[in-house]
Amino acid sequence: MSTQVPEEQEQSETDEQVDAETEVEMGGGASYGDQRRAERDAQREQSVSGAPADIEGETFRLKVFRYDPEVEGKMEPRFDDFAVPRQKGMTVLDALIYARDRYDTTLTFRHSCRQAVCGSDALFINGRQRLGCQTQISDLEEPVRVEPLPHQDVVKDLVVDMEHFYDQMHAVEPFFQPDEEPDGDLEEYRQTRENREKIKMSTRCIWCGACMSSCNIAAGDNQYLGPAAINKAYRFAMDEREGENVKEHRLNVMDQEHGVWRCQTQFSCTNVCPKDIPLTEHIQELKREAVKQNLKFW
Amino acid sequence: MHEHDVLVIGGGGAGLRAAIAAHEEGADVAIVTKLHPVRSHTGAAEGGINAALREGDDWELHAYDTMKGSDYLGDAPAIETLAQDSPEETIQLENWGMPFSREDDGRVSQRPFGGLSFARTTYAGAETGHHMLHTMYEQVVKRGIQVYDEWYVTDLAVTDHDDPEDRECHGVVGYDIKTGQIEGFKARNGVILATGGLGQVFDHTTNAVANTGDGAAMAYRAGVPLEDMEFVQFHPTTLPSTGVLISEGVRGEGGILYNAEGERFMFEYGYANNDGELASRDVVSRAELTEINAGRGVDDEYVYLDMRHLGEERITDRLENILHLARDFEGVDGLEEPMPVKPGQHYEMGGIETDENGQTLIDGLYAAGECACVSVHGSNRLGGNALPELIVFGARAGRHAAGTDLGEPEITTGRTDDSEPEEDLDTPVEPGAVSAADEDVAADGGERTDDERERSERKSRQTPSGDGSRSSSDVASDGGAAVVEPDETVRRAVERERTRVERLMEKEEGVQHAELREDLQVSMTENVNVFRNEEGLKQALRDIREVREAYQDVYVNDPSRTFNTDLIHTIETRNLIDLAEAITLGALARDEFRGAHWRQEHQERKDDEWLKHTMLSWEDGSPELWYKPVILEGEDKTYEPKERSY
Repeated sequence: MSTQVPEEQEQSETDEQVDAETEVEMGGGASYGDQRRAERDAQREQSVSGAPADIEGETFRLKVFRYDPEVEGKMEPRFDDFAVPRQKGMTVLDALIYARDRYDTTLTFRHSCRQAVCGSDALFINGRQRLGCQTQISDLEEPVRVEPLPHQDVVKDLVVDMEHFYDQMHAVEPFFQPDEEPDGDLEEYRQTRENREKIKMSTRCIWCGACMSSCNIAAGDNQYLGPAAINKAYRFAMDEREGENVKEHRLNVMDQEHGVWRCQTQFSCTNVCPKDIPLTEHIQELKREAVKQNLKFW
Repeated sequence: MHEHDVLVIGGGGAGLRAAIAAHEEGADVAIVTKLHPVRSHTGAAEGGINAALREGDDWELHAYDTMKGSDYLGDAPAIETLAQDSPEETIQLENWGMPFSREDDGRVSQRPFGGLSFARTTYAGAETGHHMLHTMYEQVVKRGIQVYDEWYVTDLAVTDHDDPEDRECHGVVGYDIKTGQIEGFKARNGVILATGGLGQVFDHTTNAVANTGDGAAMAYRAGVPLEDMEFVQFHPTTLPSTGVLISEGVRGEGGILYNAEGERFMFEYGYANNDGELASRDVVSRAELTEINAGRGVDDEYVYLDMRHLGEERITDRLENILHLARDFEGVDGLEEPMPVKPGQHYEMGGIETDENGQTLIDGLYAAGECACVSVHGSNRLGGNALPELIVFGARAGRHAAGTDLGEPEITTGRTDDSEPEEDLDTPVEPGAVSAADEDVAADGGERTDDERERSERKSRQTPSGDGSRSSSDVASDGGAAVVEPDETVRRAVERERTRVERLMEKEEGVQHAELREDLQVSMTENVNVFRNEEGLKQALRDIREVREAYQDVYVNDPSRTFNTDLIHTIETRNLIDLAEAITLGALARDEFRGAHWRQEHQERKDDEWLKHTMLSWEDGSPELWYKPVILEGEDKTYEPKERSY
């Protein structure tokens, strides 16, 4: 059963009718499960019949991009509208889950932690890259428009192909390469608080891909390492415990044609980063380091 | 068919650590995960890693605290292993570049946590798990370990011998989420389940949506007992609207709990006069709910956690992530206002029974991390003990699966002479399999598999079992030989899953998983929560039964083979049903009050009767309860049960 609400559809049933149905279904010693099922049916009924605008302020319109390469009727990309009841504290992810579980179980998107740390629900929400779980509906204008991340291949509905993003992350040797072993079995590589502080923001990346998607340069140059991967390189290049040779090697990687110099300082990555990482700043700092290194060898 | 020496199922903390360890031992290892490793829920862990690293502390103190915290339901050999291996494992992470918080001398910082006699919780801000996950994934990339991401493992390829102890695991069945292909994965040496928690059994949980206990449910149905499932940890400080976790680190740093009347109830009402807010999690959770139930909660729902007095500098330095969480998910500025908190499901302390090397009773099958129960947490896990569990037992499972000799384990798996059956548990409904009216009606609605049915029929006919292990199809395919080739075992498991998925996809109408999952979650939260009583537990069993029966009629609405989350969630829901039942059955049987398991009618810890682990075996499609004794004898000493006072 398709339950999405066409934008122009008028309300054809009243709320009273819905209530009446609910009562009938709940009549006579219904178990708790039955009661919940009846409530759900009533809600579903309401969503089909009621165009969002008709229920004043109680629901909002969620406009979601739909596409499936192998299902007839979904091969041609389109938007579906869902009427979602407003709830205090509701996020875009909550709204998507509501729409999927109550109206259309084929609605597809990635999500897991619901607390802005797994990075799987980066979406294009009202024209901007954001995490669905971190974005309050109350902060958005209606209709709330949800699309997959731009500049990435769409697999289905809101799911994009992340392979290229992962490849770029892997390309910068994203692992610690310290110079020498610490003395003794249970010894740490000592790190100053200042140095830890310096790399702290760069270590917060959750690989959501919002920055890559927002970057004009990355959109036009598929080989550009992009803000996330460069930030990963920054995390290690700025770690005082990696030696000079490794740092030189890292800067050489950054100094390539599709490395840091592609960045045109538009700040779009920094603007959308859900973890507030100063990505542009990190890229600029690596540019400076690369210049310094070149001067040294010159 | 894909083939590797070691297959690790799950890409979180335990899985990554296991894969690295197996790789270091020279094994060809692959990780199969339904997410991508960096999306795993270990990334949400906040607090820290307990490790005896500093002067004045030693592993024996860590072991003692853990034993006491477990309310004497942990096994001493497991707990001592945890405490002994944790320092080395923690420093290993540091050596791999994990960005720990630092002291002035450049060494890693440690802080106090609940139930610990020494400030031994090593941490990286309030985002320790995130850094741990990413650091280990970096090592996986460095080593070139193969990762099958967005592959959902739906079943194990296990031989079908009558006695689970004779069974062998040769691989798994994977479903490629991106394409809908079902393929076999053969493991030459072993399969390690590292599939994490099962928080989705409840509707208010700190767990990710992906935490549906897949590994535990698969192992259970393959014949491995589940251990101590009734011990579910409820974390005292979760945000009321979402269940997002507010780290124990807040209380560790000096955060204070207040009720609606502004009273510091942990002291003023005497819940924990010695430790106040830093009493262990079960104690604080009950105190909060008692306040709320007595009408001293805010909006009848939560209490306040206040950290304002710590000062902006300290909060930003050590708990910055908490400020973001409170702001983004509750709209509260932790620097200006107290944060609303209430208990929420957080951690399953029970799980797949293993020994100290991660081995289960099925040859070739291992488990580590939250899905496993080597029994380090007993009836109550101390904060900061989950992350060391991941690395310690993940590494051990990886090494052992790769063929390294780790010595004879002291914990035995499976039934022994000490095992004791549960004889007279009064359940309102028959747990386990439901009989389908029509065999074809359901793809996987709790029906017995053909193999199970075959075994059961053979038993009821009382025919001598002979080699006992074969269903009729074995006889046909291998000409009556007793041994089924590993390839054939995997191939058959793949066929079974293809049939199951086809049926789910072809069915045109029925009931959908979302409704069933909600019914299950609501009942579990209502009846099997922090406070439990017989009536509620029985109600939960009835509800679970209802959901199990309804599941026979489940169908998948989405016809697509591409990224079909409808199908994935449907398969997960079956796992949730089995695990909810395991939790509830164990809880109903255990008529005492121990650790996180509080029973209204039984307000005392009954050591004479209950110093034993609850075991649950899936026998021909029905759960069977039995018990095995707790091991209180450690390397050099025996841990005598003492009153837990905080």
